[in-house]
Amino acid sequence: MAAITLKDINKRYGDGFHAVKDVSLDIADGEFVILVGPSGCGKSTLLRMIVGLEDITSGELRIGDQRVNEKAPRDRNLSMVFQNYALYPHLTVYENIAFPLRLAKTPDKEIDERVRRASDLLELNEHLERKPANLSGGQRQRVAMGRAIVREAQAFLFDEPLSNLDAKLRGQMRTEISRLQKRLGITTVYVTHDQVEAMTLGDRVVVLRRGVIQQVATPRELYENPVNLFVAGFIGSPPMNFISATVTGDSLHTPFGEWKLPSSRTVDLSGHEVVLLGARPEAFEDASVVSDTVREHGVVFDATIDVIEWLGNEQYAYVPYEAPEDIRAQLAELERELDSEALRTQLVVALDASSRIPEGTPASIWLDLRRVHVFDPESGENLTVSALAQRGEAEPNQPAATGDGRRPAPGPGTTDQPATASGSATESGEAPATS
Amino acid sequence: MDENQLSRGTKAWWWVAGVVVIVYALFPVAWIVSLSFKTPSDLATLQFLPTNWVWDNYDNILRGDAQDLFLSALRNSVGISLIATFISVVLATFAAYAIARLDFPGKRLILTTALAVAIFPVISIVTPLFNLWRNIGLYDTWPGLIIPYLSLTLPISIWTLSAFFRQIPWELEQAAQVDGATTWQAFRKVIVPLATPGVFTTAIISFFIAWNDFVYGISLTSTEAARPVPAALAFFTGASQFEEPTGAIAAAAVVVTIPVVILVLLFQRRIVSGLTQGAVKG
Ligand SMILES: Nc1ncnc2c1ncn2[C@@H]1O[C@H](COP(=O)(O)OP(=O)(O)OP(=O)(O)O)[C@@H](O)[C@H]1O
Ligand SMILES: [Mg+2]
Repeated sequence: MAAITLKDINKRYGDGFHAVKDVSLDIADGEFVILVGPSGCGKSTLLRMIVGLEDITSGELRIGDQRVNEKAPRDRNLSMVFQNYALYPHLTVYENIAFPLRLAKTPDKEIDERVRRASDLLELNEHLERKPANLSGGQRQRVAMGRAIVREAQAFLFDEPLSNLDAKLRGQMRTEISRLQKRLGITTVYVTHDQVEAMTLGDRVVVLRRGVIQQVATPRELYENPVNLFVAGFIGSPPMNFISATVTGDSLHTPFGEWKLPSSRTVDLSGHEVVLLGARPEAFEDASVVSDTVREHGVVFDATIDVIEWLGNEQYAYVPYEAPEDIRAQLAELERELDSEALRTQLVVALDASSRIPEGTPASIWLDLRRVHVFDPESGENLTVSALAQRGEAEPNQPAATGDGRRPAPGPGTTDQPATASGSATESGEAPATS
Repeated sequence: MDENQLSRGTKAWWWVAGVVVIVYALFPVAWIVSLSFKTPSDLATLQFLPTNWVWDNYDNILRGDAQDLFLSALRNSVGISLIATFISVVLATFAAYAIARLDFPGKRLILTTALAVAIFPVISIVTPLFNLWRNIGLYDTWPGLIIPYLSLTLPISIWTLSAFFRQIPWELEQAAQVDGATTWQAFRKVIVPLATPGVFTTAIISFFIAWNDFVYGISLTSTEAARPVPAALAFFTGASQFEEPTGAIAAAAVVVTIPVVILVLLFQRRIVSGLTQGAVKG
C-alpha cells in the first residue's frame, strides 16, 4: 500500500495529440479516488501512465516515496483490472488468479492458500477449474478482480471494470468492489464514466475534461459546489438546469421574471452582462406545497409544464422556455461535450410526489434562490463558488484526503436528496449559509 | 449457421453437394490406390478394382529395384521439408509478431514484398537459380532446395501468422506485464500458447508446400543426394524396358500421401481456432 503522487503530468501521443495536460494529484494511502469525464478525456491514458503501460511525457509520478517514471510495469507492483478483463484464455480460473504469484516464483503451497483465499472472497470456488471462455460476464469480472487482489500490490487500478456488465450486475459488483476496497484498505484509482459509480464509490472524485483536471472533491462537494459549467452539467442526473439571465445592477432578468439573489449567495456581477444561472431540479418546487417559512428564500414564477414523469417517490416536470440564440448554442455545445443527458432549453423540475399539477397547464413554481449558482457564460466559471471561497465559506476543493473519509452518498437526482417539499429540509446539504 | 435451422430440403442438398465434391476429389486418389495393388498385366484393363490384389509394387519400391531411388528420395523429402518448415515457421513467427505488434517504418513494404514473392512464378526463376547454384556449389544439395522452399513458404507463413497474431488481444500482454512479467515472459507464457494453433496451421501449410514441390526438386538436383520424392517418381523404370513403371509410381504416390494424412489427423485438434475466445468480454 502506498500513496500515489502525480506532479504536472503531461502526455503527448506519438501523433502529437496532447491527451493529458498538467495533471497534479495527491492520492493518499488507502484512498479511493475516481477519475470521471466524458469519453476521450484522457482517463485511461492517465491510468495507464500510472501503471506504466504508457510513457509519461513530462512530470513526475511517485508511488510511496519513489519516483517511478522510468520503471517498467512489473517493477511498480500495482495491479490493474482492465475494461475487458484481459483474462488468459488458455489458463483455468485458478491459474489465471495464480499467474502473478507464479511469475513472482511464490512457493506452490502459498500460491494455493492465496488463490483459495481470493476465490473465497469472490465466491469463485466452484469455478476454479474452468476456463474463462465458459464463464459469465460477472464471473469473468470477478476472476479479473481475483488476479488483482491475490498479490500484495501497492494499489489497485480499475479501468471501467463494470462497463461491460448489465445494469443489475453492475449494481451488485459496485457494492462488491466498495466492500472489497474497504476490507483490504488498498489505495485505489478507479476510472469510470458512469456517474453513479463516481458518486457512490469514491472518497474523492477527479473530473477531467480534455485532459485537464476540472475539480477534485468529495462527491458531495462536487454535487453542491461545482466549480464550473462543465462539472455542474456532468455531475447529476437529471442534470443541472441552466437559465440565462441579463444583469441590471444586482437584479437578474430571466425568462421567468426578475430575480434577486439572497445575501448569502450574492456575487459580484459587475462586468457581466449576461450570466447563466444553474439550479438543480430539486431546487424547484410546486409553489403550493412550499411552507411559508421558506417561501421567502425563493421566488415564485408561472410556467407551463408540458410533460410530467411520475416516479412514485417524486416527479419530474419539464418546462420548455425560449433562450437567446447564443446561449442556446453554448448549451448545445456543452451538451455535445458532455455526451450525457440532453441540456435543452427546458427546465427539469423535481416536484414533490404529492404535487398534483396537471400536465399542459400553467403552474406556479417556486425556486429556492439559496441553491442557485451563477456561472460566467464565457469562462464557465462558477462565480458563486468563487465568491464563497473568497469569503472563506466554501470547503476547499482539495481537502486533505483521508482514506476513511467516506460520506453518505447523495445519489445525483435521486431520493437521497432531502425532500424539498417540507421547507425545513432545504437547509441541509447546502453550502454553509451565512449568518 | 446453426444446423438445426436448416430445413430438411436444404440439408439434403448440402449432402448431395458434399458427396459430389468428395467423389470428385477422392476418385483419382482411389484410382491410384487401386493401381498400386495391380499386377503389371492388370494395369491396362481399365477396370477399377485389381483382378488380383498384390503387394508387388510396394515390395518393389521399398525392398526391390526401385528401393535405392525411392527410399533416399523419401529421406530427402522428409528432411528437406521438415527443415524448411521449421526455419520458415520460426522466422515467420518473429516477423509476424513484429508486424502485428509494432509500428515501424517499412511494415507495409515487408508485407507487400512477401506477397510479391509469393505470386512470382516459380518456373521463371528456376533457370537462373540453376546456373547460380551450380556456380556456388549449392546444386544438388539439401540447402540448395531448402532455400528456394523458404521463398515459397515464408510469404504465406508471414501472412497467415500475422493475421493470427492480430486477433490475440494486445491487452493480454499488457496484463501480463502488470502482473509482473518481463516482455519475454509475457511473450512466452501468454502469446506463445495462444499462438500455437496458428503456428501449427502455418507449419502444416508450409510442410505441404515443400513436400509437394516438383519444379525445384527436379531442376536443382541430379542425384540421390538431394532429389525429393516428386522428382524421383519421374525416374522410376519398369521391370523391363517395355514395361511402364505405373504400378511403382502409384505405390510411391500412396506412400508419400500417408505422412500428409497422418500430419493432418495428428494436428487436427490443434488447428481449432477460437482459442482466444473468453479472453475478453464475450
Ligand atoms: N495511442 C494513441 N495515439 C494517439 N492518440 C491517442 C492514443 N490513445 C488515445 N489517444 C487519444 O487520447 C485521448 C484520451 O484517450 P483515453 O483512452 O485516455 O480516453 P478515455 O478518457 O479513457 O475515454 P473512454 O471513456 O472512451 O475510454 C483520446 O482523444 C484519444 O484519441
Ligand atoms: Mg478509456
